Amino acid sequence: MQYLLLIYSAESDDANLDGPKLMADYGAFTQGIVQSGHFKSADRLKPVDTATTVRVREGKTLTTDGPFAETREQLGGYYLVEAKDIDEAVAIAAKVPTAKHGSIEVRPVWAM
Amino acid sequence: MTADVDKAFRRHAPEALATLIRLVGDFDLAEEGLQEAFAAAALAWPADPPSNPRAWLVTVGRRKALDQLRRRIAFRARRDALTAAAEIEAQAVPDEIDEAEAAFQGDDLLRLIFTCCHPALSLEAQVALTLRTVCQLPTAAVARAFLVAEEAMAQRLVRAKAKIHDAGIPYATPAREALDTRIEGVLAVIYLVFTEAYAGDPRRSLAAEAIGLARRLDALLPGRGAIQGLLALMLLHEARRPARTDAAGDIVLLEDQDRALWDAAMIAEGLALVAPALKAATPPSPYAVQAAIAALHDEAATPGVTDWRQILGLYAVLMRLTPSPVVELNHAAALAMVDGPAAALPRVEALAARGALAGYDVLPAVRADLLRRLGRRAEALAFYEEALALARHEPDRRFFQRRIKELGRLTLPVTPDGPQGRSGA
Repeated sequence: MQYLLLIYSAESDDANLDGPKLMADYGAFTQGIVQSGHFKSADRLKPVDTATTVRVREGKTLTTDGPFAETREQLGGYYLVEAKDIDEAVAIAAKVPTAKHGSIEVRPVWAM
Repeated sequence: MTADVDKAFRRHAPEALATLIRLVGDFDLAEEGLQEAFAAAALAWPADPPSNPRAWLVTVGRRKALDQLRRRIAFRARRDALTAAAEIEAQAVPDEIDEAEAAFQGDDLLRLIFTCCHPALSLEAQVALTLRTVCQLPTAAVARAFLVAEEAMAQRLVRAKAKIHDAGIPYATPAREALDTRIEGVLAVIYLVFTEAYAGDPRRSLAAEAIGLARRLDALLPGRGAIQGLLALMLLHEARRPARTDAAGDIVLLEDQDRALWDAAMIAEGLALVAPALKAATPPSPYAVQAAIAALHDEAATPGVTDWRQILGLYAVLMRLTPSPVVELNHAAALAMVDGPAAALPRVEALAARGALAGYDVLPAVRADLLRRLGRRAEALAFYEEALALARHEPDRRFFQRRIKELGRLTLPVTPDGPQGRSGA
């Protein structure tokens, strides 16, 4: 089964983080799951103030500046992983470096 | 005739279901198969009772599940339905009843329990699923237990099973590293059933179901202090139930209970588990410590010989293991029994000042009790009023009202024509 790991953290805390260490941790984590065969894809997203939200209502396209909702923690990136069940997916999510100061949502993906 | 079939079914259904889920690979499908097997049993068993009901249910249930799957395939031709059918057929489980018995694995029930109590499900979903599938309580009974409409409970069960399926919650016993944590999760569900679930009647709890679950868990995972501790704790509490309320349904305090009404067999069973539960791990499970406290009460032939000093010591241990305002409050109440109410009152006042137990009626009740014992009756009355306002259960309300009435009489001023009687003739 595939699971999307959505990585949330408070951008306002970013200044308190050790940037280079975080990057190194992410590198190690990614390499680990590539080697174990769980990795499918991943990306880091630009900060939430670069976001734009699009809705179409009654044929009109409405564009607003910012994410779809203001939240205390913001989506900063994702991993798409292959795992045999949710326990395996959760074990992988727990190793995402941001799990220690943010939240990782684990969402199963519909098989096509 | 059908009552016997019902009873036999309820006894064997959980284990049969657990095995079916493993063989069939799908919670819902297994349940449907089992329900159809039950319908078949209702027809076949009265005339020809099987020597091995569990294996009978597994054999027939599996056949029915396969039929159900074929119907779905014919209807929708879904790729995963086809694969699933092929997988069920490929399983080396033949149709012979004897060989179906061989397919039974002792830890199938354990798998079912751990799946129902998986942390990816909400606590209410875990409780509902456990009561429905492991205890085989009808949905209506589970709904009554939590004062929820039957339809709402049915929906809760449907969503829980959907999550098991859609999120890929595995039908498995947890890995060794996770076992202790997952056991704690199961115990939390069992404890919730013990303390919160009412069979629609405030005087009838689902304590028997909770104790049954703990017994099963202990049999499947022997020698674990947390499980033994919780089982002992529940047995030792439940043993006192017959003495806990009087004929009018009013509360009888522990010190006033007729101890001859306590269930001696349950007490014996509980007591036997306390020492092993405490010794099983260091530090001991908080459940084991709570069980040890309950044991000290249950062992005392009369309230006067209760070993309050040991109880106090155990509360001190509990405070270190699971610090919480409730444990602190219980510790203070025990302190009052050892060193007197004056020693305990400052601790209770400090708790109240912290606001940690705001809304909890037991806090002002304990405070009122200490003040009453110190002869500070007007203050005691005030805190019993506070407890009354916060009380959530009718028997508790009546108890506080009784106390208020008693204190009210004592604190009324004596006048010539007052309640003390008329002076003179």
